[in-house]
Amino acid sequence: MSYQFTVSPDFTPDHLSGWYIFNTWLQKQTDNAIHLEMYNDFHDQRVAIQQNNVDLIYANPFDAAMLVREKGFKPLVRPLGISDEAIVAVNADNHVEDVAHLSAGIKVAVTEDPDVHMMGMIMLEPGDLDASNVEMLPCDTYVLVAKQLLKKDADVGIFLAEAYDDLSNMIKKQLRILVRSQISVIHHSLMIGPRLLDQRENIQNTLVQMVDDEKGKGVLESLGFTQWQVVDDEEMEFMIDLMDTLTM
Amino acid sequence: MLHDMKAEDIVGDFTEVTLELYGGLSRKILYTEIEIPYPDGKLIVSTTDTVGIITHVNRSFIEMSGYEEDELIGAPHSILRHPDMPPAAFKDLWDTVNKGVKWQGFVKNLRKDGGYYWVKATVIPNVRNGEVMGYTSVRRKPSKTKVEECIKLYPTLF
Repeated sequence: MSYQFTVSPDFTPDHLSGWYIFNTWLQKQTDNAIHLEMYNDFHDQRVAIQQNNVDLIYANPFDAAMLVREKGFKPLVRPLGISDEAIVAVNADNHVEDVAHLSAGIKVAVTEDPDVHMMGMIMLEPGDLDASNVEMLPCDTYVLVAKQLLKKDADVGIFLAEAYDDLSNMIKKQLRILVRSQISVIHHSLMIGPRLLDQRENIQNTLVQMVDDEKGKGVLESLGFTQWQVVDDEEMEFMIDLMDTLTM
Repeated sequence: MLHDMKAEDIVGDFTEVTLELYGGLSRKILYTEIEIPYPDGKLIVSTTDTVGIITHVNRSFIEMSGYEEDELIGAPHSILRHPDMPPAAFKDLWDTVNKGVKWQGFVKNLRKDGGYYWVKATVIPNVRNGEVMGYTSVRRKPSKTKVEECIKLYPTLF
């Protein structure tokens, strides 16, 4: 039997090859045939999940509730010390110093990354801004969000903090951070679906011990991670509840 | 356990009042007019059991409330109750979450030092295997406009 593994489409492009290396390593370690399918966007990935095509997923926290409560997925692990944080930034020439000084009608450059989008919009709320009174400028990548700010086509950009920090210094010099989130408890997780659940403990142990193995350590590095740490059911439920409060 | 507030913990001139709290508790409150602005980009998170006793707080909760973690765990959530908050707001909160529904509102919270901070709060029941095991409360920075509306509205609800 062959299983399907997929990765949240908001993965860092630099780590694309890392996910293929990881999948090869995982197949060897667990003696499973696993096909890695990278979907172009969240919509296509969610269709595949709804059709029960996915068995293993490195999931965006936004999709965790649906995976657990509707599709019977369970958490396995998360990368140690990595959480999702968002940044709201403006062009450095913009005189606005505080989100509270932004006005209705502004143009907001965003990607479709659902958790970053949500965190960014929460950080705009103190300025009485929400989806009903701003104009969204959807962008495919964070570099394009930055470009919209540099060209002054957008007033505000919402970034994954890691992606913002990875922008070149030349670009960052022309931008200014208004708010950086410090939430700490929202993170991507590797999750396992119903067809693989009987192997959950095995796979979880294999992943946690990955750091102790020379080859495994190299694979983790290719993903930009230092090691995996276990996510238990209650930790996942806590994050789902937290996400639930934030989508209101 | 919920203790009366102590004058030595208070920063600035204060007013004293006794509050009647949920569950037949009463507490001596000492409060000032000093507002501590909500920090940008942070969420204040706590969980309670089904009767409102705190079981978990995050770092931002500790920083903004002014209490130590061991003073908060095991205390009723009403440790944050400010005398300017109308009891009707908390009745609405409990009536709503007891139905298994999320509650959201703007709340003026009391600090250990007598100061206060406004939050936009969302409370959600923690349902595990079909049973409510407790509640998670998440607070974020409120809009000034909404806070100004509440400052006018809340005194009319007593």
